[in-house]
Amino acid sequence: MSRVVVTGLGATSPLGGDVASTWSALLSGQSGVDTVKHEWAADLPTQIAAEVAVDPGDVLDRVQARRLDRSGQLALVAALEAWSDAGLAGGDGVDSERLAVACASGIGGVHTLLSNYDTLLEKGPRRVSPLAIPMLMPNGPAASIGLAVGAKAGVHTPVSACASGNEALSLAIDLIRLGRADVVIAGGTEAAIHPLPMAAFGQMRALSRRNDAPARASRPWDKERDGFVLGEGAAVLVLESEEHAKARGARVYAVAAGAGVTADSHDIAQPDPSGLGATRAIKQALERSDLSPADIAHVNAHATSTPQGDVAEALAIRQALGADSGQAVVTSTKSMTGHLLGAAGALEAVATVLALQQRVSPPTINLEDPEDVGLDLATERRALPGGDIAALNNSFGFGGHNVTVAFTSV
Amino acid sequence: MATKTDIQADLATIVEEIAGIPASQVQPEKQFIDDLDVDSLSMVEIVVAAEERFGVRIPDDDVKGLRTVGDAVDYIERASAA
Repeated sequence: MSRVVVTGLGATSPLGGDVASTWSALLSGQSGVDTVKHEWAADLPTQIAAEVAVDPGDVLDRVQARRLDRSGQLALVAALEAWSDAGLAGGDGVDSERLAVACASGIGGVHTLLSNYDTLLEKGPRRVSPLAIPMLMPNGPAASIGLAVGAKAGVHTPVSACASGNEALSLAIDLIRLGRADVVIAGGTEAAIHPLPMAAFGQMRALSRRNDAPARASRPWDKERDGFVLGEGAAVLVLESEEHAKARGARVYAVAAGAGVTADSHDIAQPDPSGLGATRAIKQALERSDLSPADIAHVNAHATSTPQGDVAEALAIRQALGADSGQAVVTSTKSMTGHLLGAAGALEAVATVLALQQRVSPPTINLEDPEDVGLDLATERRALPGGDIAALNNSFGFGGHNVTVAFTSV
Repeated sequence: MATKTDIQADLATIVEEIAGIPASQVQPEKQFIDDLDVDSLSMVEIVVAAEERFGVRIPDDDVKGLRTVGDAVDYIERASAA
């Protein structure tokens, strides 16, 4: 089976409108969380979120933008950056029938759905947009990317809540290994900073209510954490078979070595406190990547800053890596980006790949009084060792989805 | 009552807003589909926006007859006079 390599990166996040600005902010420990300035936020228990730093409407062509939900706009911005970064923007680098897309979303086009519902109630059915369905369907962002780059090997949208972005990467690895595509544009997008999702997550008591200190609200593993901060954005990676990348002389960031995908079968929303589902996902990712626990130098954890999830994940990492778990520098970049739901796994994959390439782990900010989880948590930016090293990117989602993707250095 | 010129100008603005075609190109002899490359969903949006702007109703059966910009301007002029 082909090895799968990462040849392009793209992102638009609460920290920056592209990969370079996002990565630089991650390394310097900046928070992308702020007070939500919209009027509707005033009635909500949580009035903070991590909105994107650059509005996608300022980047895309106006007509193109108005035909896409905000989630589709963000996905397209990230995908075009990744496509260009991979050296494929010229259009002749890959046979379109060997080019696939796997772009996930946790929630789908919720802005479009709800604004059209408002229109329906206020003005009647004839005023509902004829574009509402293509804009709100969860596969809309993937399809828009596919149209933009001419992908004809299949366009896919794995949906597994907050594990969606990582599941898209897992699917992309499979597609290449099974010989169904040479290049896959893979990632996730989310744009759910809207009063309904904010209220609904609030009713689950999932969101931080630290409204008086937004930049300090997302604090994975800190004893004072009180929930996640909702973020928005998109991230996309170009995955490619090693032969294809070599043949066209592409720059390779890292190897997407393998993925583990499991389900808890425990509860629709709560993580299994035993962490066993997540443990199996990590172990699977290691096995399928021919890695041993001692190879893992870095973990970009899912850790969202919820009371239960962060601890269950730490337990899973310890269970999966055993005595070697202390060798890995573990971080949660959600401390800075907030939680991008279906885009989280993809954005964190971009961070994981750059950490391997540049041998540096971003810090976990706001980790002032850490839980004793028995792991080497990166309270500040940390160097990673030289030589052949590997890193894990964890994502878990409501529904009991666990996905771990392993990357190795080149 | 709106003159043909007013209707033409406002319709051109709507087409530019929705389909991104410069208003100056939205001339009476132009066909929406073949000349201006307006797709079927954008055509629905244009019709709905025109209904709202001009206070008329354009049933789907009549939309099929509006091949050119001039057809639409004439239709809207008649409908708003009625």
